[in-house]
Amino acid sequence: MMPSSASSQWALAEAALAAFSVAPHALGGIWVRSPPGPVRTLFLELAEDWQLSTIAKRIPLHAQESRLLGGIELTQTLATGKLHWESGLLAQSHGGVVTLTMAERVQRQTIAHLCSALDAGSLTLAREGLSQTVPAAFGIIALDEGLEGEQPQTALTERLGLRVDLGNLSIHDALSSDMDSANLRNAQARWAAVTLDDALVEALAATTLALGIDSPRAMVLTARLIKILAALEGRSEAIDADLERAVVMALAHRSTRLPELPPENADEEAREPEPQDEQTEETESPDNQEQPEITPPLDAVIEAAIAHIPPGLLASLRQGHQPRGKSSSGGKSGTQQRHKQRGRPVGTEAGDPRRGSRLNLMATLRAAAPWQTLRRQQAAADRQGQLQIKPSDFRTTRFRHRRESTTLFVVDASGSAAMHRMAEAKGAVELLLADCYSRRDSVALIAFRGDKAELLLPPTRSLVRAKKALAALPGGGGTPLAHAVELTTLLSEQILRDGATPTAVFLTDGVANIARDGTPGRQRAKEEAMTAAKHFRALNSRALVIDASPRAQQKARELADALGGQYLAMPQADAAGMRNIGRSAEAVN
Amino acid sequence: MAAPYPFTAIVAQQDMKLALLIAAVDQGVGGVLIMGDRGTGKSTAIRALAALLPKIPVVANCAYNCDPERATAGHCESCQQEKAAAPKKTTTVSIPVVDLPLGATEDRVIGALDIERALHAGEKAFEPGLLARAHRGFLYIDEVNLLEDHIVDALLDVAASGENVVEREGLSIRHPARFVLVGSGNPEEGELRPQLLDRFGLSVDVATPQDVASRVEIIRQRDRYEQDPDSFIKQWRRKESAQRRRIEQARLQVALVSTPDEVLEFAASLCLQLGTDGLRGELTLLRAGRALAALNKKDIITCDDIRSVAPMVLRHRLRRDPLDESGSDSRIARVLESMEAS
Repeated sequence: MMPSSASSQWALAEAALAAFSVAPHALGGIWVRSPPGPVRTLFLELAEDWQLSTIAKRIPLHAQESRLLGGIELTQTLATGKLHWESGLLAQSHGGVVTLTMAERVQRQTIAHLCSALDAGSLTLAREGLSQTVPAAFGIIALDEGLEGEQPQTALTERLGLRVDLGNLSIHDALSSDMDSANLRNAQARWAAVTLDDALVEALAATTLALGIDSPRAMVLTARLIKILAALEGRSEAIDADLERAVVMALAHRSTRLPELPPENADEEAREPEPQDEQTEETESPDNQEQPEITPPLDAVIEAAIAHIPPGLLASLRQGHQPRGKSSSGGKSGTQQRHKQRGRPVGTEAGDPRRGSRLNLMATLRAAAPWQTLRRQQAAADRQGQLQIKPSDFRTTRFRHRRESTTLFVVDASGSAAMHRMAEAKGAVELLLADCYSRRDSVALIAFRGDKAELLLPPTRSLVRAKKALAALPGGGGTPLAHAVELTTLLSEQILRDGATPTAVFLTDGVANIARDGTPGRQRAKEEAMTAAKHFRALNSRALVIDASPRAQQKARELADALGGQYLAMPQADAAGMRNIGRSAEAVN
Repeated sequence: MAAPYPFTAIVAQQDMKLALLIAAVDQGVGGVLIMGDRGTGKSTAIRALAALLPKIPVVANCAYNCDPERATAGHCESCQQEKAAAPKKTTTVSIPVVDLPLGATEDRVIGALDIERALHAGEKAFEPGLLARAHRGFLYIDEVNLLEDHIVDALLDVAASGENVVEREGLSIRHPARFVLVGSGNPEEGELRPQLLDRFGLSVDVATPQDVASRVEIIRQRDRYEQDPDSFIKQWRRKESAQRRRIEQARLQVALVSTPDEVLEFAASLCLQLGTDGLRGELTLLRAGRALAALNKKDIITCDDIRSVAPMVLRHRLRRDPLDESGSDSRIARVLESMEAS
C-alpha cells in the first residue's frame, strides 16, 4: 500500500465509506476533505445508497441552538396553555446519519452539541423549562471544503473515526464498486463479534505510540474500524491487512511525529528531530521480545500510515513542528449573536425569542396585562379564564457585553530583522503577551521569513502556547511582507466573523524583498505588500507597526500608513521603553 | 442507555481516580479539576464514579435531596415546614451526579419560574434547577473553560455559600445546594479564570500512558466492554463493591482521623515555602490528607499522606509567573525534596 494512485485513493475512500455505513455511530463519523464538485457529489450519492437506516438529516451552517436541541413551541404553548416541546434536529437524527456542510465554518456551539451527542449517544437537555435526556446516537459526515489553513475544529475531528481526502481526484478516477447493501447489512450484524488477537492490538498500540497519537479515543475508534473492515470481508477474525487499512484511514492524519523509518527512506528523513528515536525503540522492543514473529507487519503498517499522512502535515512534521491543527480555534466560544445571550442585562425590548434572545417573562406578562379585558371579550368562550398572550407581547432581555479582543502578532523573522534585534523583538512581544494575558485577550502569532508567512499559533488564550511558539521561532531568510499582510487580513476576517475584535501588531523593519509568488525582488515585493496592506485597511481594523530597525525608517512608517495603523519606533532596549510599547499597544486596543 | 464503564476498570490515571475518591469521601475538600488531552477518559471516569458511589438517604419527594438525618437547619423550606408537623418518609437514592451541559440556560441552572404553571394556572411556582438536583452530590462540567461567564459567576457564588438564592421574575427562594464541583477541560482550549481555578480543591492533569502495555490494556478493556457490557460489568462487580465499601468506611472514619502537630507544621511550612496565597491551601491539604488516611483505613494522618496529596492540592494555587517555564509540579517536587533533606 505505497503512494496511492488516484484510483486506489478512491478505492480507499470507498472502503472508508463502506465501514462508516456499517456502523455510523460506533465510528463517530467521516471527515471528507474535498472541494464541492462531481467527485464529492458522487461520494455523497454513494453514501446515500449505502446508508442502512432511513434517517438522514442535514445541519445547515448557522443552525440555531433551539433547532438543534429543540425548544418550546411558542404558538402552541400559548394557544393551549400547556407546554409544547418541539424536538431538535439532533434528537430526530437518532439512529441515522447527519451531514454537516462546510464543517470548517460551523459555530463553536453547534460543534459542542454534536460532540456531546457523539460521546454519550444521547443529549441531556436543560433549557426552557425542560430537563431530560433524549437518545441521539448518530454518525456524522463532515464536509470540509479543503481550503488551505481552514479545518473543522479539532474537538469535532478528534471524534470522527475516518478521514477521506477527495481533493485531487477527478470523476474519471471514481470507479464503480461491487459493494452492495446485503454485504453491508451482513457486516453490521457481525462486526461486534469479530475478534482481535493480542498481536494485532499490540501492533495498534505501538503504531499510535510511534506516530505520537495520544488520544485513547483514536485507539478505540481504530480498534472498532479494524473489526468492521474484517466483517466487511466476511472474516470473523481481524488480520494484519485490516490493521494496515484501518491505520491509513483513521490514524495517519492524526500523526504528530514521524517515526524512525527503515533505512531506505532515511534520506527523506534527514531533518527529522532526534529525540523520538529512543521512544520508537522502546515501543518496538516489547513486541520483539514477546512475539518475535509478528513484528514485521508493524513496519509495514507505519510505512503505510506515513504514505497517507496529508502532504501539508507531513511537511510540518518533517520540520519538527507540532502540527498546528491541534486547536484550530481554541479559546473562543460563542457566536456573532452572543450579545443576545450573555453579558449584563440592560433592559428589555420587543422581539421574537426564537431568534436567539432570551424571553423575559415578567416583561411579557406586563406587556400583555393591559389588553386582557379587551382580548377576553374577543376570545372564544372556552378560553375565557386564560391569560391572553399574543406574539406581539413578547419581550426579550437585551444584554450588553464587551467584545472579546484578539491580538495578532505578526513577527518578522527574516535575516534583516534577525540581524538587527531579533532577541529584543521577542522580548517586546513577550511583554505585550503578558499584557494580553492580564486582560484575558486571545493572541495569535504569525511569523514570516524565507518565502512565506506562516500561522504559528491560531488564536488562543493559552499564554504558555504563545510563549512556546515564540521561543521556537527561527530567524533568517528573506522578507515576504506581502504574504504576511495577506495572511493577517485573512485571519482578521475570520476573527471578525467569530464576533471578536482583531488588533494586528506588526514587528518588522518594513523592508520587503520577497514577492507574493516567492521570488526575490525588492520593487515588486514592496508594491505587492502595499496592495495587500490596502486590502487590510478595508477591514477597518486596528493595526500597530513597531519598527524593528536600529534607526527609525521610512519604510515601516509607510507600511503603517498603508495599513491605516499606528507607527512606533522600537525604543532602546530597556525595560521602561518596552513597557511604553505595551502601554501604546493597550491604547490602540 | 447502556450501563457505564466500571470505575475500577479504568486503566492507569491513578491521580485522577485518587482525587475523585478523596472528593467522594470528604465533600468538603472542594471541587476537582481535571485537565488533560482529548479522549483521556475524563467524562468516563465521572460517569463511572456516579455508578460506584454508595446510596444516600433522602426525604421522599423532596426536590432538593434533603438529608433526613440532619437537623432541620440545612433543609429546604418545604422540608423545614413539614418536618415540624410530622416525621418525613425517607428513601435512598444514588448520589446525584448532575451534568451541566454546554448551552444550558441560566434559568435551568439556578431554577426559575415554572412557565407552564405561570401560563396555565397563573400562579408563581418555582421550578428547581440543576443546582437543586446536585445538592449533596456532584455537579460535573465538561469543557469547564468554555462555560459562559455569567453561569460561572452564578456557580461560584453558590459553591462558596452552599446555598442557592433565587431572586428573579418576582420569585424569592432560597434552598441548600452543597455539591462537589467537578470540572474537566483541555488546557489548549484556553485557560480557566483564576477565580474559578482557586475554587477547586484538587486539580489533576491527565495524560495518555506512553507505553505499549497500558495502551493495549485500554483498547482491550474497551473492546471487551463494548462487546458485552453486561458480563464485563459483572466481571468487575467484585472490585466495584470492594471500592464502594472502602468509600463508605472512609466516610465514617474520616471525622475520627487525628492530626498530630508535626503534620500541621509540615503542611504549614510546605505552603509557606511554596508561597501559596491564603490559608485555603493548608486547610485543603489537611482535609485531603485525612481523607486519604481514611481511605487507607488509618486513624492518624502522617506526613506521607500530605506528601501524596500535595501535588493535586497545591498545583493550581502557586502564584504563577506567566512566563515561567518550569511547571508547578516540579516546583512542588523540589520543595518536598528539600524538606525531606532537612
